[in-house]
Amino acid sequence: MAKNVIFIKDLYKHYETAAGPFPVLKQVNLSIDSGDFVAIMGPSGSGKSTFMNILGCLDKPSNGEYTLDGHKVSQLDDAALAKVRNQTIGFVFQGFNLLARSSLLDNVALPLVYAGLDRAERHARAKILLEKVGLGKYLNSRPNQISGGQQQRVAIARALVNQPRLILADEPTGNLDSITSEEIMGLFEELNQDGITIVLVTHEPDIAEHARRQVRFLDGRIVEDSLSQNRKMIEETV
Amino acid sequence: MFTAMLGEAWHAMGANRLRTFLTMLGMVIGVGAVVLMMAVGQGAQYSVSQSINAMGSNLFIVLSGSQTAGGARTGGGNASTLNVKDADAITELDGVKGVAPLTMGNAQIVYGANNWSTSIIGTTPAYLEVRSWNLTDGYAFSDSDIRSATRVALIGKTVIQNIFGDVDPIGKTIRIKQNPFVVMGVLESKGQSLDGRDQDDTIIVPLTTAQRKLFGGQTPGSVRQVIVQADSDKMMPIVEDGLNSLLRQRHNMREGAESDFTVRNLTALANSAAETTRTMSMLLGAIASVSLLVGGIGIMNIMLVSVTERTREIGIRMAIGARERDILLQFLLEAIVISIVGCLIGLFIGVGGAVLVNVLTDAAVVISGQSVVLAFSVAATVGVFFGFYPARKAARLNPIEALRYQ
Ligand SMILES: Nc1ncnc2c1ncn2[C@@H]1O[C@H](COP(=O)(O)OP(=O)(O)OP(=O)(O)O)[C@@H](O)[C@H]1O
Ligand SMILES: [Mg+2]
Repeated sequence: MAKNVIFIKDLYKHYETAAGPFPVLKQVNLSIDSGDFVAIMGPSGSGKSTFMNILGCLDKPSNGEYTLDGHKVSQLDDAALAKVRNQTIGFVFQGFNLLARSSLLDNVALPLVYAGLDRAERHARAKILLEKVGLGKYLNSRPNQISGGQQQRVAIARALVNQPRLILADEPTGNLDSITSEEIMGLFEELNQDGITIVLVTHEPDIAEHARRQVRFLDGRIVEDSLSQNRKMIEETV
Repeated sequence: MFTAMLGEAWHAMGANRLRTFLTMLGMVIGVGAVVLMMAVGQGAQYSVSQSINAMGSNLFIVLSGSQTAGGARTGGGNASTLNVKDADAITELDGVKGVAPLTMGNAQIVYGANNWSTSIIGTTPAYLEVRSWNLTDGYAFSDSDIRSATRVALIGKTVIQNIFGDVDPIGKTIRIKQNPFVVMGVLESKGQSLDGRDQDDTIIVPLTTAQRKLFGGQTPGSVRQVIVQADSDKMMPIVEDGLNSLLRQRHNMREGAESDFTVRNLTALANSAAETTRTMSMLLGAIASVSLLVGGIGIMNIMLVSVTERTREIGIRMAIGARERDILLQFLLEAIVISIVGCLIGLFIGVGGAVLVNVLTDAAVVISGQSVVLAFSVAATVGVFFGFYPARKAARLNPIEALRYQ
């Protein structure tokens, strides 16, 4: 396993708009170690979600290099990208993005459909994860029958079901109260202790405190990184 | 994987029942119409070919009387211009296999307390041969019955039903225009003729007996029709020419004068009737196919709406690892499942409709495996064809744009 799960070099991203290209990410460099727990912060519109989507192989950078787990993402074709999204990454979205028509069990089991597992296996695994996030009683409920915090747990269970090595969470506590947020963060800490690399976006400093490393975006650039500060501090003290 | 996809398709159909039903309806009506129309069309073809087989092959009918210049037949078969001698002479013509002179009329018949009005044919034993008409019981009369004008009768199924009921008619005596006749044979059922007459509602008696006892007003020896059978299909034109020249000569007709008889090629008539029904049934099928096409377009329409409506869902699926071909397969399967289920329902309705037509109108219907297979393969093709474009549209979506779609 590569030491860097994520290695990003000189990454640019602009959106094509009617008024011409609109730059969102400008020369972003970032390296994330395997097993790390990173919080990404920054004001609204600073490009955090855009960055996360690129990390999650949902969107493509306009320029620059993204190496995931030792593979250059730009060299992967669509099918390979789908496989990465299915097996390497677990993505927790800003809005839960559950399938409204399907039961919680089916929602959580969905990634396993594309992994090619049979039905019994899919349901067994999904059940274990729903129990793990404390929703063992709601296997057959629909997403609209449970609370927002519970929906967020379902989304996390779904991200975990295929045993990814990397969890990407875009504001997983964005619309939850502080107690529920703490519970969710506890869940992430547990996962991180199991060795899963976690990158999450948040606006709230006390949420970011749960992470080992904080990275701050401003206007499409990384303006602050606790790791480099640590390094600097260490360098300075030595 | 595939079964999971099939399950998803089934699930998606269940999610919006009314819409699924309406989409299917196009398919149901299309397939139902095709199956029904083909059943009726093939049924018509079947009854025509039955009538043709029952008629006998390579036949001419010579009618006494002529055709007017205007085309309307005046008294064809009524004027007594043909006679038994003409029939004998025709027997000598090249390529002629059998000749049967005919005289006929309607008469009241009585058996016990029952009476029935039916058509009586007076003819020779050759008639049964040229029409390949068999007896199911008893015996046919012979040439000696013709010579001595015996009062015997061969009797059709419909007549039996109306005056005998369950009684065995063989050897019984019936009265035709007051004359006693002994029933000596029962005619095999022939069903409807091409012009829709019930051929079983008839009695056949010796020609001479009919001439003398039943239709005595006619010129002695005269006949209304002569049925002529040619040796083979190839001989038909030769026999037709032979008939015309022979009869004109026998009737002393001057060059250019209009014939006092009419020769009609029954086989050609029958073939054109068969051709007409075949064309008609193809036309019916074609019209019904249009509704299948419309049904297919309906499916495409709804699938396109469905893809747009479920853009977010597609984005979610892609974000968690669905490949393009998984999405393609999902939507394609949905279209195919809708088509096939619609097709099955349509099949039931079509078959049910055909049975209903059969019961209500007594018309023959034929539900062939061929039409079922055709309907099914068309349904599957329609599903794939009209499902493909929306499915590909869904599969080509960019995951992040699909996720952002509101
Ligand atoms: N599809 C798009 N087309 C054009 N511009 C876009 C598009 N998506 C995002 N942007 C712009 O890119 C910038 C960064 O957006 P992004 O969603 O990454 O911000 P964010 O940091 O996640 O904000 P928030 O904290 O509110 O979620 C914004 O200015 C936004 O207007
Ligand atoms: Mg955001």
